[in-house]
Amino acid sequence: MENSSYSLLSSEADSQRTLYPYVTGTSVIGIKYKDGILMVADMGGSYGSTLRYKSVERMKPVGKHSLIGASGEISDFQEILRYLDELTLNDSMWDDGNSLGPKEVHNYLTRVMYNRRNKFNPLWNSLVLGGVKNGQKYLGTVNMIGVHYEDNHVATGFGNHLARPILRDEWHENLSFEDGVKLLEKCMRVLLYRDRSAVNKLQIAKITDEGVTISQPYSLKTFWNFSAFQNPTVGAEGSW
Amino acid sequence: MDPSSGDLNASLSTGTTIIGVTYNGGVVLGADSRTSTGMYVANRASDKITKLTDNVYLCRSGSAADTQIISDYVRYFLHQHTIQIGQPATVKVAANLVRLLAYNNKNMLQAGLIVGGWDKYGGGKIYGIPLGGTVLEQPFTIGGSGSSYLYGFFDQAWKEGMTREEAEQLVVKAVSLAIARDGASGGVVRTVTINAEGVTRKFYPGDALPLWHEELEPQNTLLDILSTSKPEPMDS
Repeated sequence: MENSSYSLLSSEADSQRTLYPYVTGTSVIGIKYKDGILMVADMGGSYGSTLRYKSVERMKPVGKHSLIGASGEISDFQEILRYLDELTLNDSMWDDGNSLGPKEVHNYLTRVMYNRRNKFNPLWNSLVLGGVKNGQKYLGTVNMIGVHYEDNHVATGFGNHLARPILRDEWHENLSFEDGVKLLEKCMRVLLYRDRSAVNKLQIAKITDEGVTISQPYSLKTFWNFSAFQNPTVGAEGSW
Repeated sequence: MDPSSGDLNASLSTGTTIIGVTYNGGVVLGADSRTSTGMYVANRASDKITKLTDNVYLCRSGSAADTQIISDYVRYFLHQHTIQIGQPATVKVAANLVRLLAYNNKNMLQAGLIVGGWDKYGGGKIYGIPLGGTVLEQPFTIGGSGSSYLYGFFDQAWKEGMTREEAEQLVVKAVSLAIARDGASGGVVRTVTINAEGVTRKFYPGDALPLWHEELEPQNTLLDILSTSKPEPMDS
């Protein structure tokens, strides 16, 4: 975590900077459902306006009970995964039969993100942390300025504006797996239509008391065959 | 400062085209050879594919100084690592060392890199390390200013499980297409092929590359054309 042991690899003089992101991921959406948490993210890594990488896994399991999804700078997400590796390793070295639950992992991430923000050197991400431990479901989010909260449904980036209104309307307690997946896909399809950095290749992950499953990558059908799309400017040439 | 004298304060950079491609048995790395300071071509025959170990090479794009110093440090670390483990370093380890430098110094560096090589555990592997220090293992990757012109080309021309010859031809064709359109890329095409048998360097001089749209066959002099061609018809 500290750079002091890597003095050959980085300069200690460079500590007062808010940087900018280069390779970024877009929205992540998470919802609670009957058996646990469902989370979805596309596999895009944008480089400015170029959709440069199309097979980036933006959701990863953490320990036995949690799942993390990230949007924002991918290199910072990769570094967060290393911090979490160290965290879970040290946790299992206690060898005491206990393992970190999602609430604890979320709290750890919140501290990391907020402390970096205070040093004007943020990890440029918005994270979704979901999990189940002993039947208790947990879903939270934390971003680069340290704002964190839990809810029944959370989203990052564009998902906040486009997906959460749909979820506020259609989410309910005890969604089945099938209904949950369809709801998330409905949100992802809207994002595909309306988010320029969305890419049509996504993964859905679920976490229950039994563990984590991340689906294979797949693509959604989109619908363009509306009569209003056929000749939209016929009444007003030159308009769009 | 008028455009003809150029920007004398422009930093030395490898406005570049770099490519790394895996094939059935190894990897092919390719690059152009132009290094520019602003509008002036400082070196028309640079070698942007740099050796890190016998089995791992690095394609460099961005600031020439930054990428040279990164490759020097990583070569130094890998040398020690090789002595320590008593066998050739893996491509993944090399890529991670590059990542550490690129990520931890992200505010100061301008380096887009491709690490490619072969080891006995993973076979041929390509790792793309763009600005910011993200590491992504990929079947192929492109970088540098010339790569903008190649996304569409690779979307169409890339396929899994190519032979060595197919991969080399693809790389040469791609760099040559980028050179045609990117002012910051030019010169010769260099390729380095790495597999279980070892490393092969190839060199394709600028005049041996295929011609693209609106490019003409190079001649020694106008006089050669005048003597051979018939008089052109006159327009009335």
